[in-house]
Amino acid sequence: MAYSEKVIDHAENPRNVGTLDKEDPSVGTGLVGAPACGDVMRLQIKVSDDGVIQDAKFKTFGCGSAIASSSLATEWIKGKKVEEAEAIKNVDIVNELNLPPVKIHCSVLAEDAIKSAIADYRAKQAAKKA
Amino acid sequence: MAIKLPIFMDYHSTTPVDPRVIEEMLPYFNEKFGNAASRSHAFGWTAEEAVDYARERIGKLVNAQSEKEIVFTSGATESNNVAIKGVAEFYKEKGNHIITSVIEHKAVLDTCKRLEKEGYEVTYLGVGKDGRVDPDDVKRAITDKTILVSIMLANNEIGTVQPLEEIGKLTRERGVLFHSDAVQGVGKVPFDVQKMNVDLASVTAHKMYGPKGVGGLYVRRSKPRVRLVAQMDGGGHERGMRSGTLNVPGIVGFGKAADIMSKEGKEESARLLAMRERLRKKLETSLEEVFVNGSLEHRLPGNLNVSFAFVEGEAMMMAIKDVAVSSGSACTSASLEPSYVLRALGVGDELAHSSIRFGLGRYTTEEEIDFVADLVIDKVKHLRNMSPLYEMYKDGIDLKSVQWVAH
Repeated sequence: MAYSEKVIDHAENPRNVGTLDKEDPSVGTGLVGAPACGDVMRLQIKVSDDGVIQDAKFKTFGCGSAIASSSLATEWIKGKKVEEAEAIKNVDIVNELNLPPVKIHCSVLAEDAIKSAIADYRAKQAAKKA
Repeated sequence: MAIKLPIFMDYHSTTPVDPRVIEEMLPYFNEKFGNAASRSHAFGWTAEEAVDYARERIGKLVNAQSEKEIVFTSGATESNNVAIKGVAEFYKEKGNHIITSVIEHKAVLDTCKRLEKEGYEVTYLGVGKDGRVDPDDVKRAITDKTILVSIMLANNEIGTVQPLEEIGKLTRERGVLFHSDAVQGVGKVPFDVQKMNVDLASVTAHKMYGPKGVGGLYVRRSKPRVRLVAQMDGGGHERGMRSGTLNVPGIVGFGKAADIMSKEGKEESARLLAMRERLRKKLETSLEEVFVNGSLEHRLPGNLNVSFAFVEGEAMMMAIKDVAVSSGSACTSASLEPSYVLRALGVGDELAHSSIRFGLGRYTTEEEIDFVADLVIDKVKHLRNMSPLYEMYKDGIDLKSVQWVAH
């Protein structure tokens, strides 16, 4: 299968690979997918007091499209407000990376990873206030 | 010497045609273009003579008793189809049971599935962790209704070589016909239809440095004489077993390729085995959590199928895009299911997704092996650095204990 140039670029030069301290209350971690399915994404966000995503990191076990989807996701959400990041849809990723139908699940996983990281961040914040 | 890229390390999929084979084929495209079925003139006789010479050479490679036992087809898929369907149809009064294994090529499995729909019963034998069929399982599966056992010589994905000699003893004892899809192994590992009591064997030219589009089926003519119903109707070519004008240049090439294999196969296998082991040892020395899939001992010399844990196969292939290999990862198939062969071995899905098949062949060089080993080691490390699973493994987390959200 031929990849789009953007997928190749992200897969070969992934942005924001790394790990944030998951114990930090300002960090939200999302871990989605399953090894048996062939893809696992971990996406982390670090959120400032005024609700802006200051930093985002990812690690992905998966094909080139999965790596590219998560790399793009971190690039997009950095600097955005949490609510704005939450509005990102998998079709936006599909369109940007020109993913073929068989790879759409990679973009779904990236959207789930963003939402899961935000949910974790919010749960931590709620726990802090309680 | 500078390495020429891309490097072909996918010799199980196909092979380039040996220049000596091309040379022998060329006159049969124009100068000696006759139809081998033309009995009335010299053009036909020349073609027929060339075809029979090829039969002889291919027969010799598998140790047939007569060149008449080789039937030409369009390739191994057709050979497998005609062998299994042809025998099933001819012997249906005798019985309706066929035995095969779960790791056969789709050309065998799907043929058997079609026969099941037509009322035949098929037993699909499992394999051990070593990727081999247990002859005792064959013994237990044979019933009074069994007409055919079909077990491959060597597996196309993991290269494991099956115990054909033991199975052949059993089938001969019970008067059951024995077919083997010998495509991947013939010329590379010992294969002898007499010693192994094989009654039908599928072979193809393009896996042994011959052209694509030409295959053969060995059909035993005596003790026992194997009968089959043709699956292609027409002019009654190939002693009525396969109608259709013969692909004379292709057959000539097949014959030459078989002859080279007969003469050089053993030496070539020793060379490939040394290189395969060099590759394996390099990978295993420099990387942790590398698993060879299937028996190392009973394996094609040019095959190395390994799983690099925590790294997905397609991402790996993309990272080493200058090297042509193949993977059992779901992402490389349309079905999104990982390799059924690896699953049959009991390799977990996560490791099946991480598998890479290296296929070495006639033109593989030691320089290429070293280049590929270094590249693979570097890229596995790179991809593991961005794998959450590797990080968890390093943190001592048991990945099996994690509650994964399947999708």
